[in-house]
Amino acid sequence: MDFASLVFYFLAAILLLAGLRVVTAKNPVHSALALVLTFFTAAGLWILLEAEFLAIALILVYVGAVMVLFIFVVMMLDINIEEMRKGFWDHLPLAGLVAGLMAVEMVMVLGGDRFGLSAPTAKPASYSNTRELGLLLYTDYVYAFELAAVILLVAIVAAIALTLRRNPNRKNIDPGWQSRQTAKGHIRMVNLKPQHPEYKEADE
Amino acid sequence: MDYLQQLLGPAWLPIWTLAKIIVIVLPLLIAVAYLTYAERKIIGYMQIRIGPNRVGFFGYRLIGLGQPIADAVKLMTKEIVLPTGADKPLFLLAPVLAIGPALAAWAVVPFTEDWVLANIDASLLYIMAITSMGVYGVIVAGWASNSKYAFLGAMRSAAQIVSYEIAMGFALVGVLMAAQSLNMVDIVNAQKGGFWQWYWLPLFPLFLVYLISGVAEINRAPFDVAEGESEIVAGFHLDYSGMAFAVFFLAEYANMILVSALTSILFLGGWLSPLPFLPDGFFWIAAKMSFVLFLFLWFRATFPRYRYDQIMRLGWKVFIPVTLIWILVIGGFMQTPLGYLFH
Repeated sequence: MDFASLVFYFLAAILLLAGLRVVTAKNPVHSALALVLTFFTAAGLWILLEAEFLAIALILVYVGAVMVLFIFVVMMLDINIEEMRKGFWDHLPLAGLVAGLMAVEMVMVLGGDRFGLSAPTAKPASYSNTRELGLLLYTDYVYAFELAAVILLVAIVAAIALTLRRNPNRKNIDPGWQSRQTAKGHIRMVNLKPQHPEYKEADE
Repeated sequence: MDYLQQLLGPAWLPIWTLAKIIVIVLPLLIAVAYLTYAERKIIGYMQIRIGPNRVGFFGYRLIGLGQPIADAVKLMTKEIVLPTGADKPLFLLAPVLAIGPALAAWAVVPFTEDWVLANIDASLLYIMAITSMGVYGVIVAGWASNSKYAFLGAMRSAAQIVSYEIAMGFALVGVLMAAQSLNMVDIVNAQKGGFWQWYWLPLFPLFLVYLISGVAEINRAPFDVAEGESEIVAGFHLDYSGMAFAVFFLAEYANMILVSALTSILFLGGWLSPLPFLPDGFFWIAAKMSFVLFLFLWFRATFPRYRYDQIMRLGWKVFIPVTLIWILVIGGFMQTPLGYLFH
């Protein structure tokens, strides 16, 4: 067995164990952290496939941003895991069907030779798939790319619009206005004469 | 060396890589130790104090140069206290999650044109990905401690790091547009030609955004709300003691040195000399890193802590628009004959 397959089996074993922990862990925070480990090892597997841009993007986007916010929310919720496990047997047939379909799709992609798909060929060392991906995204697939971006933008605007509540009584503050304030116009210097009988002013 | 290579056979590559890792990590840890000393001395003089001046070597005081060693020995011999109700495995894992990315990022940092452990094509992306992992140490520590203060610190830090990462990422997009490469060696080589060719000048807004976001990313003053001692005691590492605390400390200072190295490489020309007739070399990058580190210490001694909503405003409403506009400016200029200004 060569070094690459050794690394593959090592990462795959961690990936499967972590994936299993995502659904079996009692504590939702442990589940979310196991999902982080799953993403990280998946990125390692993608690097083995020479897809370094996808692997790094997976870590940057999912591990570095999405999962952080996910954990942020999960930590603040008080989730009763027993309550969530109740419908397990009812949903099992549907879940099994989805899992089976996914397995069939994976077999068709990975066993591409038998289904008439051509297997990808190894690229030379000077091949930068970041550059190739950028060229493809901004030339051949630019409309699809822009559409996806617009859909995301709409989703962001919609999420903000849904959660924004106008409360007429709110005492909101404007940090911009606050940071622009100076003593001028807010402080009035008053020259008070001291009242103490023994006090003598310095210039007397 | 050829003889050793033959003797070790296939074991040569792992051993040689391990040796190179030690050559990077060991000086880094020593630099961390003496950065804490420099911080205490410099801030001390800025506040008209002397700073540590007692602990020396072999009976000589040597202006307190033994202080970091004494601190390290003290922290190593102290007990690690586990709080009641803490999530024990995660509590002990958190410092490891903090220091792992802080050290792993150094794998692609070039010190001179040849002194780089892994000269990979996507090194800038790698740095962004690895440094974005550092937040897990903070979050997991805050949650596993089972303490309200630690948890508040973790929440603050998570929101802050995620917000500033966006501005930082956009600043890096400007650099890679100007250099037309994601490889850090190529980025430095694209800045050849002296002081005025370094990217701090054509990308000045991005340079400022990167420097300030860098301070926010590593939770340093004036953005250290995650451990604001006047509000939430010590924030996420409140319940840590002994070596577990020291590892968080190490990670913070290693990240500080990393951000200073990245600022030097991306905006200050890395190992290039400021005047074209002087020789390039490791000396220059060390000098630039020391300058940026001095700036960080200076910030800490000068500015009061930001209020939390002001931090969020600065990140989202000031830095992100500034970087977006400057990326458009670079893109626009690159289509005109004036594009050479940005190369």
